[in-house]
Amino acid sequence: MFNALFDVKTTITGMILLALLLLLPQFLPRFYVYLFALIFAIALLATSLNLVLGFGGMYQFHHAVFYGFGAYAFALFVTKSGLPLWIGYVIAPFCSAALGLALGLITVRLHQLYFGMLQISLGSLVWAITYRWYSFTGGDDGIHGIPLPDLVGSSTGAYYFNLIVAATCLLLTYMIVNSPFGRIFQGIRDNPERCQAVGVNVQKQQLTGQVLAAFFAGVAGTLFVTVEGSVFPDLMFWTLSLEILIMCLLGGWFIFLGPALGAAIIISLRTFAGIYTEYWTLILGIVLMLLIFFLPEGVLGLFLKKADPAAKREG
Amino acid sequence: MELAANITLAALVQQVLVGLSRTTILFIVASGLSLVLGVLRIPNVAHGSLYMLGAFLTYTVATLFGQSTLGFWLALIVAPLVVALLSFIAERGLFCHLYEREHMMLLLFTFAFSLVIGDLVKLVWGSDYRSLVAPVFLQGSFSISGFPFPRYNLFLLVIGPLVAAGLWFLTNKTKIGKIARAAAVDREMVGAIGINVSWVFAAVFVIGCYLAGLGGALVAPTQNITQGMDHAIIIEAFLIVIIGGLGNIWGALLGALIFGLTDSIGILLWPQFAIVFPYVAVVTVLLIRPQGLLKSTW
Repeated sequence: MFNALFDVKTTITGMILLALLLLLPQFLPRFYVYLFALIFAIALLATSLNLVLGFGGMYQFHHAVFYGFGAYAFALFVTKSGLPLWIGYVIAPFCSAALGLALGLITVRLHQLYFGMLQISLGSLVWAITYRWYSFTGGDDGIHGIPLPDLVGSSTGAYYFNLIVAATCLLLTYMIVNSPFGRIFQGIRDNPERCQAVGVNVQKQQLTGQVLAAFFAGVAGTLFVTVEGSVFPDLMFWTLSLEILIMCLLGGWFIFLGPALGAAIIISLRTFAGIYTEYWTLILGIVLMLLIFFLPEGVLGLFLKKADPAAKREG
Repeated sequence: MELAANITLAALVQQVLVGLSRTTILFIVASGLSLVLGVLRIPNVAHGSLYMLGAFLTYTVATLFGQSTLGFWLALIVAPLVVALLSFIAERGLFCHLYEREHMMLLLFTFAFSLVIGDLVKLVWGSDYRSLVAPVFLQGSFSISGFPFPRYNLFLLVIGPLVAAGLWFLTNKTKIGKIARAAAVDREMVGAIGINVSWVFAAVFVIGCYLAGLGGALVAPTQNITQGMDHAIIIEAFLIVIIGGLGNIWGALLGALIFGLTDSIGILLWPQFAIVFPYVAVVTVLLIRPQGLLKSTW
């Protein structure tokens, strides 16, 4: 099956990249190990958004709510249940998927902008409840000092765990994109009416996509907790959702690895700009404006076009 | 979780009045958003930031005059105009080049705009909150069966219908309003009969942003003026526009009424989770009428 998915060149490049990433913590200072571990989590988050955004053409305006929900589900399970910590890693993504199903059942009936706006509103409701429910979620303080399994307790442990989980999930997402479901999904993006006409249940496929994307966002949420050891309501605030959208746009949302690259750029920029200035969002705003004006296909999109002038954007 | 058991009629009346004055602010902000969304098809995320900017400018202008009555009136006039001027520059300089882009790009672009405004506000006013007192004759409150009702809220209840009437006049009785409504339905056709659609769009955008600034100016004496007040209002305004029907001014009024009243009555019923009530109302409306209550211009 792998032969059908990857050509030799891609496989070798991927293997070399993975080997490099596996070796990195041996050379890097601790801070960079932490930064990379965070990037893996956010890269998975951006890729999960792109599953519905770039490949499904859905206006997923509030993706962060599934991410934050997964992080909170994990944190609450670990701090309240008393069961083995590892079970939290399994349960949390399914909680996000369940939320994806619940919100999706309401939202997929609507189109485009209406879909996105209703999603923002429902997601904001989840945020508001989390923000106010002090006795259960810790309110606006969040939950800190979340106990983690010993294996991922160190920054190197967290690095390897996040790398392996994120790489596995990226591979799964890639397989989904190239599965029959993925093809139908892209068909719906390009022409929903025609798909409907040939007998595809568009809303059911979109709901499936939504649940899958929410699941992987939930995984990303648990990875975030693995790095930071805390959760707070900002994880499901709508501005974060738009930041993830920016990552997809920056990297290029018609290319599978584009959003992951965008996430790496944004997270690094934010970290290093944060050292020099407190006006990071001003920089982000200006970068985004320039991007929309001059580079609407993203960094990777531009790069690939330069490398191969014949390659044209799909859709 | 404690539900208020015995709610008196007077408390209910008081909350409804508070809800109605909240409705005024929501309506003014949401109608501006709806106008821009309906005619220009721009989901303007920066609308909330302009509202925040309006509030901060009102504070500054009023404070220049020692927060006197004159200063307040002057601020109420000047602050929204400055916001309108800024939006005019942004429209001519940036937005007018992007009308052909898809909604997602426009949304992200306005988000970028809001990030820039947000940080500029932080740069100019710092991250402390500000507060502004209402002019003397609007201070204090009168009582409704023993419950106090602030005078300023009554003032808002007068302003709300005035703005609604003004908008009705503008969109139905003036030439630019009629052209704008036509452009909302078919901008190419309007262009084809020789009207410069671009300038009509600019005018509508500026009027919409003026309303955001006006909302911010009016809300300034009633709450702390803070960073982050933009994030709260923009989501509410979008919800109101959606349940009312995109681009429909009366829909914005209806949506603001639903939102303001469920919110204020929610505070009476279940203070900790009052915020849940308007959202439940919004979801209920959308489940029954996904396209909004009134006719959308889309």
